Amino acid sequence: MSTISGAQAVIKALEREGVDIVFGVPGGAILPAYDPLFDSSIRHVLARHEQGAGHMAEGYAWATGKVGVCIVTSGPAATNLVTPLANALMDSIPIVAITGQVATSSVGNDAFQEAYTTGITMNATKHNYFVTSPDDIPDVIHEAFHIAATGRPGPVLVDLPKDILNAHLQWHEPPTLDLPGYKPTVEGHPRRIKEATTLIANAKRPVIYAGGGIIKAGASESLRKFAELTNSPVVTTLMGLGGFPGDHELFLGMPGMHGTYAATTAIQKADLLIALGVRFDDRVTGNPDFFAPHASVIHVDVDPAEIGKVREAEIPIVGDVGRVLEQMLEGWGDTKVVDHTDWLEKVTRWRSDNPVRYDQQPDGPLKPQYVIEELYKRTGGDAIVVSGVGQHQMWTALHWKFSRPREWINSGGLGTMGFGVPAAIGAKAGMPERTVYLVDGDGSFQMTHQELATASEEGFPIKIALLNNGVHGMVRQWQTLFYGKRYSGSVLGRDSVNFPMLAEAMGCVGIRVETPEEVGPAIEKSLSINDRPVLIEFVVDPEEMVFPMVPAGGSNDQILLGLEDLT
Amino acid sequence: MTKHTLSVLVENKAGVLARVSSLLARRGFNIHSLAVGPTAEESISRMTIVVDAPELEQVKKQLHKLINVVKITELDPMTAVEREIALLRVSTEGQKRSDVLEVATLFDAVAVDVGVSTIMFLVAGAPDKVNDFVELVRPYGIVDLVKSGRVALARDQKSRKLRAS
Repeated sequence: MSTISGAQAVIKALEREGVDIVFGVPGGAILPAYDPLFDSSIRHVLARHEQGAGHMAEGYAWATGKVGVCIVTSGPAATNLVTPLANALMDSIPIVAITGQVATSSVGNDAFQEAYTTGITMNATKHNYFVTSPDDIPDVIHEAFHIAATGRPGPVLVDLPKDILNAHLQWHEPPTLDLPGYKPTVEGHPRRIKEATTLIANAKRPVIYAGGGIIKAGASESLRKFAELTNSPVVTTLMGLGGFPGDHELFLGMPGMHGTYAATTAIQKADLLIALGVRFDDRVTGNPDFFAPHASVIHVDVDPAEIGKVREAEIPIVGDVGRVLEQMLEGWGDTKVVDHTDWLEKVTRWRSDNPVRYDQQPDGPLKPQYVIEELYKRTGGDAIVVSGVGQHQMWTALHWKFSRPREWINSGGLGTMGFGVPAAIGAKAGMPERTVYLVDGDGSFQMTHQELATASEEGFPIKIALLNNGVHGMVRQWQTLFYGKRYSGSVLGRDSVNFPMLAEAMGCVGIRVETPEEVGPAIEKSLSINDRPVLIEFVVDPEEMVFPMVPAGGSNDQILLGLEDLT
Repeated sequence: MTKHTLSVLVENKAGVLARVSSLLARRGFNIHSLAVGPTAEESISRMTIVVDAPELEQVKKQLHKLINVVKITELDPMTAVEREIALLRVSTEGQKRSDVLEVATLFDAVAVDVGVSTIMFLVAGAPDKVNDFVELVRPYGIVDLVKSGRVALARDQKSRKLRAS
């Protein structure tokens, strides 16, 4: 029987997993794998920086629901991947990272471009592999995809020494999974489901608190049915936006530090919190001692470690949130829910009385919120929206009505500035027919904007609304509120970069907008260009702040709705 | 903080010990002792980990997230056999030799190396017994001391019933 090289086996294994695109940067140790990649059906997208390749894989995974793949070399390339890996671990994004490594004979000798990749990424991955025999490659790649995609999804890294890539092996089918310690629970425990049903039916002030788990599990439709069946208001976390229709009468918005008044307050007053695929993140709970003080908790999550980590659950249910919702719907029968019309009236009044607000004067400085609302109108909400991290991210979360899953891509848990540009490219690569609109801030954008060259060179016509306020806006906001307006180290300079020229220099169309009346036409223009990326620089008011706001570590009972609440 | 004994079955693969200890450090749990060795099954190793933690649920759940961790059992000292080995080199200068040997006899500690002015003892048994021996010979002067870390196994269900009846 003929043999193939380790490198060929890697590419063959990727093809077998159904991979059609990988994002990467070649280099010495991974070179053997790039050779068979040249003949493969798999498309390679050459990122400008390995961090970009990692975030592209994340954007791709998020938009498509499939596993994203990035491939880079050893040493600095692998360390450049640490940020996207940590990001994917925090936000449960399924990616597989292939890294080259120096030859096994050199491992541990401080060889050129050697880094202890599996050691460095041990706590930034769901699992990682250091491959020491070419025979292991077919199974290891298969296991990597299995682990990345199942249970609570996450990043898996496979480190491949150069001599292993060059050695030969006998390819075998089918691949085997040898994972005695890995058996994610899918089905919820029937007794717990029954208990949950009873508790929900008798709750007077229920709130469904849904998160990214809903989107990962493909459970939005079940969630809608469940909310309507139980007549419960719904809040979704930053990660869960789009998991429930944004214009639904039961929807209250996002809770937490920059959540809506209605969502945050409903949780504070609830007698039952139905927590679905969430992790009680500190940006949601504020000080956990004061969070949802009157509520019993039903907590459904595929990761048992999340249940009871921050908040004890009266009814813990380990399982896939989609499957558990189905089980609840199936077992519901003719159970009647207690009438809680007055509760619904109360929460909807909170919603209508406390809308997210801003003030755009026709001749005043351009407000970032106005740009986002115009963007929503002009696209009809029909776009995949990506963001970086900071004020622009919160404004987008608050002012865009997300109605479908996988149309909102951002960095939540790790808060990775620079996520936007490469993630938008990854999303466009996965969904070429869709409009992908990145809303970015000038601080976040400048951390990875070199990938604009990737977007134009590789033919990913993404659109970018760059909200340029010339400052690290969220940092500045805290300095305004808590550090006596001492803007230490947070000023980038609004004129420091000519962004349209920068975009043009990288093969994109660049537009500058400075007044409210230019906003609409510029967006229309961006929507009409589909052969190149378009960047619109919106020169916005640096004084604008994100409200509502609950100061960090505070109680969610004390929400600042605007500057006037600060006195 | 309370000490808990965990018996953890892991896949016998390179780097697993690093994963376990790194996870415990990352989550802020202090390792009191950790002993690792093969089991009767070649592909599986057993770690006996004594951790300081206010409550064990999070430790167990986080450990379970490691792909190479197969099974975790928390051992209750009442229903488990816990053992430890210590080697101690004790000073016998002056007229102490016979006194030290007398204490050692009481603890079934074996003299495994006898020098001009020191004796090395091996003492094995329940952790309390080992600790007591160490404390009793301490006044004579402990020159060197090493402990194996605790190893433990749950008692047979049947023997527990017999003991109860």
